[in-house]
Formats: sequence, structure tokens, C-alpha cells
Amino acid sequence: MPMFAVLAELKDGAARKITLEMLAEARRLAALSGSGSVGLIALGPMAPEEAERLAHQGADRIYHVEGEALAGYAAEAHAEGAKAALERAKPDTLFIGATSQGKDLAPRVAARLRVGLASDCTEFTLQNGDLVARRPIYAGKAFGRVAWNAARPRIATIRPNTFTPLEPDSSRKAQVEKVPIGPVKARARVAGFERSEGEMLDLTEANIIVSGGRAMQGPENFELLRKLCKVLGATLGASRAAVDAGWIDHSHQVGQTGKVVNPTVYFAVGISGAIQHLAGMSSSRTIVAINKDKDAPIFKIASYGIVGDLYQVVPLLTEEFERALKE
Amino acid sequence: MNILVFVKQVPDTETRIQLKDGAVDTTNVKWVANPYDEFAIEEALRIRERLGQGKVTVVSLGPDRVKEAIKYALSLGADEGVHLKGDGVALWDPLAVATVLAAAARKLGFDLVFTGKQGVDNDWSQTGIILAEFLDLPHVSVVVGLELDPPAKRGVAKREVEGGAETVEFELPAVITAQKGLNEPRYASLKGIMAVKKKVIPEWTLADLGVDPASVGEGAAAIRFVDFSLPPPRPAGRILEGEPKETARELVRILHEEAKVI
Repeated sequence: MPMFAVLAELKDGAARKITLEMLAEARRLAALSGSGSVGLIALGPMAPEEAERLAHQGADRIYHVEGEALAGYAAEAHAEGAKAALERAKPDTLFIGATSQGKDLAPRVAARLRVGLASDCTEFTLQNGDLVARRPIYAGKAFGRVAWNAARPRIATIRPNTFTPLEPDSSRKAQVEKVPIGPVKARARVAGFERSEGEMLDLTEANIIVSGGRAMQGPENFELLRKLCKVLGATLGASRAAVDAGWIDHSHQVGQTGKVVNPTVYFAVGISGAIQHLAGMSSSRTIVAINKDKDAPIFKIASYGIVGDLYQVVPLLTEEFERALKE
Repeated sequence: MNILVFVKQVPDTETRIQLKDGAVDTTNVKWVANPYDEFAIEEALRIRERLGQGKVTVVSLGPDRVKEAIKYALSLGADEGVHLKGDGVALWDPLAVATVLAAAARKLGFDLVFTGKQGVDNDWSQTGIILAEFLDLPHVSVVVGLELDPPAKRGVAKREVEGGAETVEFELPAVITAQKGLNEPRYASLKGIMAVKKKVIPEWTLADLGVDPASVGEGAAAIRFVDFSLPPPRPAGRILEGEPKETARELVRILHEEAKVI
């Protein structure tokens, strides 16, 4: 009876959305494999009602690892915690969120257990009972399907916003097993967090992104895009040209040396569409391009576009959206 | 301070990826040092310059062409380079690669190890962190800021996370994986380029490293690619031209009322 386990990502004791997304996919694969079950591994302090909620979201069995070492995030301590839970649960497959924390932890766990890790997966299939994962490579210029050798568990990190959480089922119950761990020598530990500008969602989590490119001409003109972002509840992005020119921080960069994004709507403003930029955003559901140059490559992949001067078009769009969204 | 920088050679980011015989076609690819590794090299050089002493050694695993990536790092100012011969190594498997890199690190000795946060080819984001585990070192990944206190054997790193930056306190030696934003990489000087010509880049085989070929070969690989595909082409879009006021109004109508995505 194969077990698909999910490593919960906890924030202030509550599971982040990626955990629920992974539970949904684990549930689907468990059903597909016949008699599979879904395990959940939680590392560190968890809110009292959280185990129940995670059961409603699809977990059959919860392994809650506790110990002083897990009070804050430290890769070495969390890897030790994950290992302790995995020895107890013995799952065939372990999912970890492809988040900042998950991507930091997963290689540690894989290396400690000497098992294969497929990063940033976006699709899973079972072929004769064997798991195959699909993942973007070259920032989405291509896709590769990955399989594991016989070592277990197979580990995969899953890209956020890929799967949809299940509707909570309050009749579901999960058995909770406590797994204690002793002190762990962690030689790197998170000591603080600094929030970045505004209250925008992270690019990788955003539903709508408005990105500016070379045609923004300078940092001051990004104000135009910030206004549009505000009206749409969007997150501000940028092309490499704009970042390398020093107009905006690198954390905003979309593309092969920036973030790979897949929002519902992506506005490319004054972005010609260099191949390394297209790689990072071409899986967006709807792409809207605004560019003076009718022949700009961005129009080849755009769902909608306006050929025009962004300094005229963007303020008008902002105004029109404001009116439309008020109605 | 003895600093190691592991550099990977990858196709330039302007490369249009094509498939041939079921694999990524690399025939006409322009190979470059992985962009994130450039930040790693730069940071290593700056630390050496700040301390006024130390050595930066650049190491790359792969076929003979990776020597070009090593030479590039030497032209920027790295002191030494080592080429790890990739024959018989499952180069797509981060566990296999990190096993070889760890052996090289042990042979070279180190006080600090850098890699890029990920290779822009397979995008695993694993090798540097696995290397830390194999060398029994702490690591900090996706680093955009770094302060070291070598006498106290400590450091503080800033790493990029969702919605902001985390501060991580760590002990030295450690593995740091570099993210864009950590620094502004320099360009090679003419003097640097000329100096490379005099440098000898030693080649180390698995035997030189004491690595059992069976432990890092295809048969031992924990993961493998089954097949590759390209993204499907996007359908042609609706491109509006004309008066800005009209096109803006029409676009908002389409997105809001027709496509209903906003």
C-alpha cells in the first residue's frame, strides 16, 4: 500500500496553501494507485486545530515531529526532523513545496537519505505504478519528464499554484503520531525577516503581474506601473534590461535569470520579448503586450496587445480599469 | 582564506532550445559560465580583495569545453582553476555531481565554498546544498547579501524569500549559493585575459579524486530524464492598433467582460 507523504510548510503554526495543494495531488495519486494512503509530516510547533484541518484536506496520517531544534527554520535541524518522520512513515513518495524554504530543505533531505529529488514539478503520472514527474527546464523553454531509481522515498518539490486544494471534508479523520527528536547542531539558522516594498504578493504567487522593460527609461516611470498594479491588485515585475539598468530591484525580475511565473494575466509593458524573458512568463494564462513596435517578438506570444506609446496607454488603462472594476 | 567556487557551463540564456533525437540539441549552442555562478565568482574575489589575502580556486566538472568557463573565471581574477573530467559521470544527477565536487573540495581544502543558486539549464537548484550535506557543512541558499567575520568563524547572509529577505546566521566554513543581486560582477580586464594564457589548468579524473566510478555513473543515478518536450505554441492573439483612448477602452472591455480574467 504505497504512501504519498507531504511535508507541510508551516508558518506561525499553520500550514501554508502549498501544503493543501500538495495534499490534493497526493490524494489523487493515492486513489490512482489503488489502495494508497496520504501521510503528512509536520516539523515544529503546530496550532492545535491544524491537524484536524489537514485531515479534512486529505491527510490520513499525520507525523508531527517535535523538539526544541525545530523552533525556527534551520535546514540541518529540519532535515533531521524529516528523516525521523520518514523512518516512521516509510512513504514511497515525499512531496515538498518548491518554495524558498522547501527548495532549501529538500536537497538536504535527499542527500541525507541518498534518494532522488525532482525539483519544481508541475505534473505527475503513474506508469505501471511508477511515478513520472514533468518539470520545466531552461526556465520553461522546454519540459523534461523525470523518473526515479529504486531508492525510496522518491522526493519531488512541487511548484506553488499548480494544484488546487480539495474542498475540506469534515468527515475525514487522521491519526496523529508524535515523533520526538533530540537536540540538533544547526550551524545556520534563520534569525530575521525583512518585508520588501508594499503589500504586493510575491511574483510566484501573484494572479496578475504588470512588468516593465527597457522602454520604461528610468526608475521614476515605474510609478505608472505601480498605479496600475494598485488598481488591479497586481504584482510589479520587470525585464532583465530594466533590472540591469538599475531601475528596479532584482527580486522583480521575470525570466531565465529571474523568476519563472504563471499568473492568470501577465502585462508586458515596453518589453520587446527577449527569449530569456519569454521563457519565464510564457506559461501565463493570458498575456497582454503593450509596445510601440508592432514587430516586437512579444506580440507573437501575446493573447492581446496594444500597439502604442506606453506613456499614453498605461494611464488610460489604469483609468479604464478603475472605472470598470468599480461598477 | 581559501575559497572554492564551483562553476557550471551552460547554454547562453539567449539560446532557443530545440530537441533532436529525443534530447536537447546542443549542436549550435553558445556555452557560457552559468549566470548565477558569476555572482559566486565575484563575491569570492571581493572577499579575497577585502581581506587582502587568500586564494580563489575555480572548479568545473564536465567535458573539455568547460575549460572555457574556468578560463573566464581566471580572466576575472581567480587564482587557480581545476577541471574535473566528466567522463562516466551522470552529469544530470545532482547527487552524482555533488559526490564528485565534494571529493574535489576535500582534496583542495577550503574555508568557504560558493556555487550559483541553480544552473539555468536543468534548473534543479540542488547541487550546492547537497554538496554542503556531503561535506558536513552548513549552507545558506539564494544569497543576496553576505557579511563575514573570519576570525570568529561566523557570517550573516541575506537570502531572498517570498515577499522579502531572511537573515541567516551561520558558522564557517559553509556553502553559499549565490543569487543575482549579491553583487555586480566585473568584466575581464585585458591584463586578466592575458594572464590566463600562462595558467595551467590541471585535469583531475575520478581516479585522481578517489571516487568509485560505479558510485557516480548512469547505473547509480537516482533520477533520470525519461523524455523532453517543447511548450505548445500559443494561439495568435488580438492586437489592437489606433487611438490610445479607444484601444485602452477596448482592451479593458475584452479583459473584463469577454475573457473575464480581470
